[in-house]
Amino acid sequence: MILIGERINAGFKDIKEAIMNKDGDTIKNWAKIQADAKATYIDVNMGTASKDPATLCWMIEQVQSVTDLPISIDNNKADILKEAIPVCNKPPIVNSTTAEAAKLDLLLPIVAEHGASIIGLSMDEEGSPPNAEKRVENAGKIFEKIMEYGIPPEHLFLDPIVMPLKFKQEQAAAIMEATAQFKFFSDPPCHIVCGLSNISIGAKHKKLINRIFCTMLIANGLDAVILDITDKELVDAILTAELFMNKQIYADSYIEAFGS
Amino acid sequence: MALPDIKEKWTYKINEVTIGAIEQEGGTRGKTITVGGQTTLPLLSFEGNIPNKPVVAGYIANAVPDWPDTILKGIGDEVKSPVEWAQKSVQEFKVDLLSIKLIGADPHGKNATAEECAKTVSDVLKAVDVPLIIWGCGDDEKDSLVLQACAEAAKGENCLIGSAKESNYRTIVALCMANKHKIISEAPVDINIGKQVNILLRDIGYNLNDVIMFQTTAALGYGFDYVYTISERARIAGLKGDALMALPQICDVGGEVFRVKEAVADEDALPGWGALEKRGPMWEAVCAGNYLQAGADIVIMAHPVAIKNIRQAIDKLF
Repeated sequence: MILIGERINAGFKDIKEAIMNKDGDTIKNWAKIQADAKATYIDVNMGTASKDPATLCWMIEQVQSVTDLPISIDNNKADILKEAIPVCNKPPIVNSTTAEAAKLDLLLPIVAEHGASIIGLSMDEEGSPPNAEKRVENAGKIFEKIMEYGIPPEHLFLDPIVMPLKFKQEQAAAIMEATAQFKFFSDPPCHIVCGLSNISIGAKHKKLINRIFCTMLIANGLDAVILDITDKELVDAILTAELFMNKQIYADSYIEAFGS
Repeated sequence: MALPDIKEKWTYKINEVTIGAIEQEGGTRGKTITVGGQTTLPLLSFEGNIPNKPVVAGYIANAVPDWPDTILKGIGDEVKSPVEWAQKSVQEFKVDLLSIKLIGADPHGKNATAEECAKTVSDVLKAVDVPLIIWGCGDDEKDSLVLQACAEAAKGENCLIGSAKESNYRTIVALCMANKHKIISEAPVDINIGKQVNILLRDIGYNLNDVIMFQTTAALGYGFDYVYTISERARIAGLKGDALMALPQICDVGGEVFRVKEAVADEDALPGWGALEKRGPMWEAVCAGNYLQAGADIVIMAHPVAIKNIRQAIDKLF
């Protein structure tokens, strides 16, 4: 399972303040916490705190000063990505693009040039997809484009667009159905990722909802997730779900082995 | 449109493990043996690298194994002396390294003492200069004494010591760390226990780069397919990134094959099965060859004819 640590995001107050005050320590600290919790990638997002590519580059450098983990660059502006990708020590994931042709034509050449990966959101100019069919249609458009630009399927992370359970309860089944269908675009398949915490927006039992939905998506083929990597019960549930899917070989101490 | 590339893309590399130490490394071996390091499945060199060929370890013991005369005759009178057996295996059978099983220590058999076993190990090390694999007799209690004495006698030689199980891994780790040896982790035809033993070794601070996995070995016709699939599944998991399974593997073919009727019963008992003289080594060679295909990096073998056949197969195919 590819675990993308979500915490270095200007949506969090401490990160926003760290960006404003050029406080590298807070960013380094979160990078270290997430690396220790065994993240596979560290997501870096400057949100509305800055529009300057140099800020994002600085954040990436802070993360890379404390961990060798690759970066998930949480930005979709071509001019910013052009500066941020070369700063990354390892090929990053670009987070993200939609299925809009103009956007794909702008971002995919940059991704291809640097051997990076990209998250493709299964939504287009019409906005969020109302059902599984529209998700698959949008994902198909993205898939076609990456082939056109010579990006291998393993560099694509398709995202079925997770919507809050509390407000869009009927969408959960559509998300799972779309996830199951994304697997069949190619062999070997591309990755399937989601921004997990969207499912529990506004809900009371956030962690439980995240955990259960994540395992249900894994059962449908999800193999990457943007998550709170410090949520141990969530990570343990993911490790267990991977055993059910026969993705990992069972051993009595499989939980302890992941942490050590 | 170009044909799609359907080659498997593995992401991980099997650990490379070196056995034996030359003088500069604190030992007295004339050469070392390195196994592992692959980035692909056996024989599929077009999908990755196979930097080290599999190797043949010659089976020797400190007591004459309970094998039929026909098989023992194939090896020669030297089976009565571990030192002479070792020398013949290296000089005539051309094995890459040796694997000594201290079956003579068995409390229900010759019951050789730990000191006697250590002396045998020392003598073998003096008589030949290839790396050595050292196994106990299979009795955990006795082996803790035997392996301790042998590990000390072979200190600095970077031997491979067998074996660490769930029941005794702490003892084996302690004696290997103190005397600079490497470990065989053993599981009873059970991939989950195999992984668990590796977790236990890592958790007490032993480096998995110094471990070779032993899934136990089954002779052809006696659970061979179970072990084959376990070895193959372990290798695939390792190549896919499971660090706990990305370890080289060893198979004790000689030690197992000459326990099954197909390889030990003569024609009187099995009319129409062909002369045992030929059938025995053939059974061993076929079994070893198949384990090489499953992912074995070291095959322990006894009969010179079988060894010769497998050597040729390795030279041609790997």
